[in-house]
Amino acid sequence: MIFTLGLFLIQLLNGLQFGVTLFLFTSGLTLVLGIMNFMNLGHASFYMIGAYYAVALTNWSGSFVFGVLLALPATYVTALAVEWLVFRRLYERSHLDQVLVTFGLVMFFNEVVRIIWGTAGLYFTVPDWLSGSVVLGSGALYPVYRLLIIAVGCLVALAMFLVIKYTRIGMLIRAGADKPEMVEAVGVNIRGVFRGVVALGAALAALAGALSGPLYSVESGMGDSMLILALVAITIGGVGSIRGSFFAALMIGVVDAMGRMFLPQLFAIFLSRPVADAIGPATGSMLIYLLMIVVLLARPNGLFAFRGR
Amino acid sequence: MMKSKITRLLGVLGLSVAFSATAADKVKVAFVSTLSGPQALLGKHMQDGFNLAVKELGGKFGGIPAEVSVHDDQFKPDVARQIADRLVKREQVDIVTGVLFSNVLLAMYNPLIDSKTIFISANAGASQIAGKQCSPYFFSSAWQTDQAPSAVARYVSKDGFKRIFIIASNYQAGQDAATGFKRAFKGQVVQEIYPPLGQPDFSAEISQIAASKPDAVFAFVAGSSAINFVKQYAASGLKKEIPLFSAFTVYGPYLDAMGDAALGSRSAAFWTPDLDNPTSKRFVEAFRKEYGYVPSNSSAQAYDAAKIINAAVAAVKGKVEDRDELAKAIRSVKFDSVRGAFRFGNNNFPIQNFYATEVARLPDGKLIESNRGVVVTDDVDAYASECSMK
Amino acid sequence: MKISLLRNPLIWLFVVFAIFPIAATAINQTYYLSFISKVMVFGIAALGLNLVLGFGGMVSLGHAAFVGVGAYAVGLCMHYGVTNGWVHFGLAIGVGALSSLLIGALCLRAGGISFIMLTLAFAQLLFFLGVGLKQYGGDDGFSFRGHSEFFSWLQLEDVRVMYWVILACLALTVLVVGRSTRSGFGLALRGVKSNEGRAQSIGLHTYRHKLAAFVLSGMFCSLSGALLANLTQFVSPSYMHFSRSAELLLMILLGGISSLLGPVVGAAAFIVLEESLGHITPHWQAPMGLAIVLIVLFARNGLIDLAMAVVVRFKRKRS
Repeated sequence: MIFTLGLFLIQLLNGLQFGVTLFLFTSGLTLVLGIMNFMNLGHASFYMIGAYYAVALTNWSGSFVFGVLLALPATYVTALAVEWLVFRRLYERSHLDQVLVTFGLVMFFNEVVRIIWGTAGLYFTVPDWLSGSVVLGSGALYPVYRLLIIAVGCLVALAMFLVIKYTRIGMLIRAGADKPEMVEAVGVNIRGVFRGVVALGAALAALAGALSGPLYSVESGMGDSMLILALVAITIGGVGSIRGSFFAALMIGVVDAMGRMFLPQLFAIFLSRPVADAIGPATGSMLIYLLMIVVLLARPNGLFAFRGR
Repeated sequence: MMKSKITRLLGVLGLSVAFSATAADKVKVAFVSTLSGPQALLGKHMQDGFNLAVKELGGKFGGIPAEVSVHDDQFKPDVARQIADRLVKREQVDIVTGVLFSNVLLAMYNPLIDSKTIFISANAGASQIAGKQCSPYFFSSAWQTDQAPSAVARYVSKDGFKRIFIIASNYQAGQDAATGFKRAFKGQVVQEIYPPLGQPDFSAEISQIAASKPDAVFAFVAGSSAINFVKQYAASGLKKEIPLFSAFTVYGPYLDAMGDAALGSRSAAFWTPDLDNPTSKRFVEAFRKEYGYVPSNSSAQAYDAAKIINAAVAAVKGKVEDRDELAKAIRSVKFDSVRGAFRFGNNNFPIQNFYATEVARLPDGKLIESNRGVVVTDDVDAYASECSMK
Repeated sequence: MKISLLRNPLIWLFVVFAIFPIAATAINQTYYLSFISKVMVFGIAALGLNLVLGFGGMVSLGHAAFVGVGAYAVGLCMHYGVTNGWVHFGLAIGVGALSSLLIGALCLRAGGISFIMLTLAFAQLLFFLGVGLKQYGGDDGFSFRGHSEFFSWLQLEDVRVMYWVILACLALTVLVVGRSTRSGFGLALRGVKSNEGRAQSIGLHTYRHKLAAFVLSGMFCSLSGALLANLTQFVSPSYMHFSRSAELLLMILLGGISSLLGPVVGAAAFIVLEESLGHITPHWQAPMGLAIVLIVLFARNGLIDLAMAVVVRFKRKRS
């Protein structure tokens, strides 16, 4: 096997690209969990719905940018509706109830999407002006589109960080995470804040879904595997911490990408080829969970947890 | 006292159920395929091909009314297993057909074969079933998984490609495909990787392809992930220098989704939509009229399966309860297949020609796998000798 | 004692279920035997999980892994030609106990969401381990012929014998779970569930109680898995997927989390729903998802509570 610098660089970038996508998805989930103590599995559905909206709108408008950008408010509104109909009844309930109801929602939306758009899944391609590759060092090619995703993800992360740290809304969010009763007591409409947080998180998940669309397929249930990884990221990073989920998501992306590529090779050095081929990919998938278990045993509240939750 | 009351109640219930039980003058056929989830498109192609034949036969097999039930295996072996149990124990069907994927096939095999239910696979063709575990009650109207990759390997060698990179989905059929390719390939396999089934992102694998600099790539990526692979491969810009050969990957149902990314990709198949024989031409025309799209191999295979059932049931004059006779009739069946001449080998897999294919556009803009000439005639699959049947 | 035994509806229920196979054979509808057998097998797993969930208040997303462990124990033995049923079940329950001990010990060190995530992580680990075992079919799983062999007169090939064995196991499970929840252990567990701090302050070793409950529930799940392997003669990593854990949770929820038979009723309801909805429409997951949402929101204590409410109203009308 060839361990070139170029290959290493490509895999690193792939890991980062997946990591920022995961972060966009996770950020909404961790906010909701941290601020409202609400375990929302339905987040997976917003990711999927955002992707479907993006495809439909792109095909309708003929413009990729338009389609992706419009999908965000569309998902925002959808999330508001779901929040009003279902979520707000769950805030006072136990985690178990929240998990079960949102699990039912995921099942429901997975099927609705199939009913509306068919079982086969939709595809849309990267627009021409975004396709093509960039030459990295040592002759490695890397797709422009994936670099774009990394750029967008980092920009959004930066924006979130600035908003939370330096704006009034950010202050409200931080206060709400710490002591929601106090925030309500000083006259802020905490319900409205909650609703906004849920919808904003959904829009972020939609962005992740819309951007991923051209790379993978847009199909029913596409958010489910993302959800598991997001939960892992939140656990590693600490509930409610945006910074935590950013680093955790990147870590997961890179570990997964590197693991999948290099673990089989590593095993091949010590074990016979067929055995390495057999257990390599599986171990790659297990790596993330092993990582989470190790982190949790050392730091039960995650790496960047808020105090008091 | 209570015991007999309950028994009587159950008895009455049972009698009413029993009256709706099987009558001997119809043939019960179960069609099992993946009809939900991401792989549902393939299942639909298969179902449409089957239904077209049933429609053309007026809802009858061998002149006898057919009771066709449709079942969705959801691409899950354990669900398929439950379906098989139900078909055997409750619905007591005569024939089961369909079955896209080899893992589903393997899960259903034992219950069906053990109960002498005729099992005609219209797609999956795992190597064990063609070899050591062959059964007189199992037939394939499609192909054994190794055959197409072997055919591809033959003309890849002939065309002078010496160093090949193999990428195959990590499940039974993927491994069979890689084995089949390597068996017939005369050059050097630079590397083989087996990504998990259903994996959506092939950036890691494509990077490895670029790094090992092969002459060409042979791919067997199952299901809708194939679309992702082909699109990502084309997007990486490697397609020009490292041509893509594949089997069951750059495949009929997915061509529209792949778009231009699929053009020029080469494969091998025993049937193409532009195959030049009257039965095939009639089939393609009728199919396009009925469903509005170009049939793929899955459709053709399912269509042939239905025609096989029809001919066999006619040969036993409707006595489908005698499964041994029915099996014998299928074995020696004579019918007009879309692939031209048709006969079963000793392991109940077809002996057939394989053609080279290349993805091209029809005059009306539709993408198809276009026929580029015979690669091998009357190909017998590699496991037939392991089957103890004669 | 004798009188109350005869009046106990549970006993009557078991009597009816016990004689059902005889009736079913008489009218040649033996398919339903395997169907109800399947319901009972999942009922055992759901009962096991409810020890942890309903009585212990711990949300575990990983119990399907123990079902898988039990199933694989049987499957692997058969694969290697070991057909002795005592070995099968001993191994299944033993490995189930060991794995739940290890996993429980690690997971219970965390609380709240971390606990849920850890159980999920371990379940996924076992799932991927199963997938990675290519020689045992990997993702597809593998079939085997034959069943666990106990005594020469106990032939599990016979669907009725299988049914009775499973029924006996279910009865045993109900007995043990019922006894333990009414015992001091059970009361302590419920104390832990309602307020762990308070329980600790009165001197209870909450960790030990929770771990004991976890291991016991793991053992029941692996028993269920061993029976499942015998029933289907098929083993696959899908038995361990976290979605199966979620289904177990749903079964408990449907039937009623705080009653003894609730999980069994829920298992029956879930499996019947799954089977029948699929016939009505291929899009059955939409109404199923909605049903789950509505039930959790409005009929929180499941079918048993609904049934009780109906019975109470009926009785009230009469008087």
